[in-house]
Amino acid sequence: LRRPLELLGPAVVVAVVGVVATFVSDSVEIYFLSALVSVAMIVAIWVFVGNSGVLSFGQISFVAVGAFAAGVMTVPLESKTGVLPDLFPVLRDHTIANVPSLLLAAAVGGALAFLVGMPLMRLSGLAAGIATFAVLEIVHNLLREWTKIGPGATTLSLVPETTGVLQATVGALIAIAAGFAYARSRLGRLLRASREDAAAAQGAGVSVHRQRLWAFTLSGALAGFAGGLYVHLLGSITTEQVYLELTFVTLAMLVVGGVGSLWGAVLGALVVSGLDSFLAEAEQGIRGLELPDGTRLIALGAIMALMLILRPSGLTGGREFGIPGR
Amino acid sequence: VTAAVVDAQTIADAVGLGAVYALMAVGIGLVFGVLRLVNFAYGQLVMAGAYTLAFTSSWPVAGSIAACVVVVVALSLAMERAVFRPLRTQSPAVMLVTTFAVAFLLQAVALLLDVRDDTIGEPAASLAQLNQAVSVGGVDVRKVTIVAVLAAAVALGLLALLLRRTSVGLHMRAAATDFPTARLLGVRANTVIGLAVVLAGVLAAAVAVILTVQFPLVTPDFALRDTIVVLVGVVVGGIDRLWTATLGGFTIGFATGVINGALPTDKTVFLPSAVFALVILVLLLRPAGLFAPRGSGAVERV
Repeated sequence: LRRPLELLGPAVVVAVVGVVATFVSDSVEIYFLSALVSVAMIVAIWVFVGNSGVLSFGQISFVAVGAFAAGVMTVPLESKTGVLPDLFPVLRDHTIANVPSLLLAAAVGGALAFLVGMPLMRLSGLAAGIATFAVLEIVHNLLREWTKIGPGATTLSLVPETTGVLQATVGALIAIAAGFAYARSRLGRLLRASREDAAAAQGAGVSVHRQRLWAFTLSGALAGFAGGLYVHLLGSITTEQVYLELTFVTLAMLVVGGVGSLWGAVLGALVVSGLDSFLAEAEQGIRGLELPDGTRLIALGAIMALMLILRPSGLTGGREFGIPGR
Repeated sequence: VTAAVVDAQTIADAVGLGAVYALMAVGIGLVFGVLRLVNFAYGQLVMAGAYTLAFTSSWPVAGSIAACVVVVVALSLAMERAVFRPLRTQSPAVMLVTTFAVAFLLQAVALLLDVRDDTIGEPAASLAQLNQAVSVGGVDVRKVTIVAVLAAAVALGLLALLLRRTSVGLHMRAAATDFPTARLLGVRANTVIGLAVVLAGVLAAAVAVILTVQFPLVTPDFALRDTIVVLVGVVVGGIDRLWTATLGGFTIGFATGVINGALPTDKTVFLPSAVFALVILVLLLRPAGLFAPRGSGAVERV
């Protein structure tokens, strides 16, 4: 990540998606918005997984706490005691506006990531994978059962739907800019050095644990932020929506695009979201083409599996955005 | 706090669950040994077997079970040929995520087959009589528990014989220790991998038979949760060796059974948090696995 083009390319592509979203009908707009929120989520995951080379199944737990923090704190005060009667008084008696709720989501996600990262970043390999998966399970379990901090197993509804075209686009751009700034900073370079050869990096004086922890915390903050965008897009959310399936889908997006680059994260999110939207529409029937119900999931699974088998380094091959021939 | 009463029956059920999970752990561990691949789609092999049992439930029991074994082994081989083989040189992360995609795909196919009758879930009840209890030394034990324990014991015994006493077993152990060197010395990669995949398939079929007795309603996410728990158990136990992986699978199944049987439901809501916190603790203290010998090398990097 050196040239400005490597930031500009993905940013322009995301901006174009945002501009196109203003011209389409309301029923199609939701596909564009969720694609943009996916970009923010995948970039958040890439900040850690892409730069450290350590697989994490836990990043969606930061999306979850971000989503529920932003959601619970923006439910209108007059309906709060009705829908969330068991909340801690401090959560029940206050409501904040949209932008502060996104900042809160980022803060909560980052703080949680820092806390769990401190011990966990000592692990590598499968042990790290399972330990971060355990974090996902614990966060899901607590959010689902502890009604003092959220809605528990019921649906959190009445969240203001404030993630429109502008907010989704700007949100995705913020995530991309933060990811780019981190990756080209000294910290990002040190972490990538440890990804290539942990022993050599350590020998050269890099504290692998500390560098991973920085990336994990930033990734958690961005994931929390993306969760805030997500809950304000949906207007209602359950703990099941930010759990296993989202973990698998987001990781698949990242790998399809190419784990090694920011451009891969952005492209993977857009391509898989676009494919998913197209198949969902095709099941309803577009222009004479009508697929039977259930083919969407099969086609999505088959295409993801085929892409991974035929092009395991992802669509971008792990390279950053560039114009061929330059 | 009332003392948790762990009666003999709870222990018997927990041993049964541990045995089933041990079988799954062996299936996952065998494939990991030769391919260095964590097969997340292993649960979907079990699911496919369970659907086969459900769709053939009007057949004689032996025929139904035979169909289950054939389908699961065929699917296991197809998975190896179409997915694992092209990925052999890829990083463990890519392999794992690809098996997610395969699992996702197989679930979608199962859903499509399942909803043809407009309901989700198919009953597989041909072996329901195994749920009856027999009295063993004054304790009521369900027959299926005995079947599970016997199946696990026989399977592990035969596997140990195969690995220790046959030349192909020797090849498999060599491949699991150092695949490139083993190939240089004349071990045929495709034979060894094929055998591991077939054995894993047979074990998955056995698990399908046992699980459908306990949970007769087969749905597309059948055995998904079990697979996740077993994977956690396998890594916590130590995935680099077959016996530590198996022991890890048994332990997590036994522990789940005892805890669920001993505590009333209203006290188990935060139990997953406690269990997974314990998993993290074990991984921090023994990253190579709880049962791995001390001083065994660094863990695989993903």
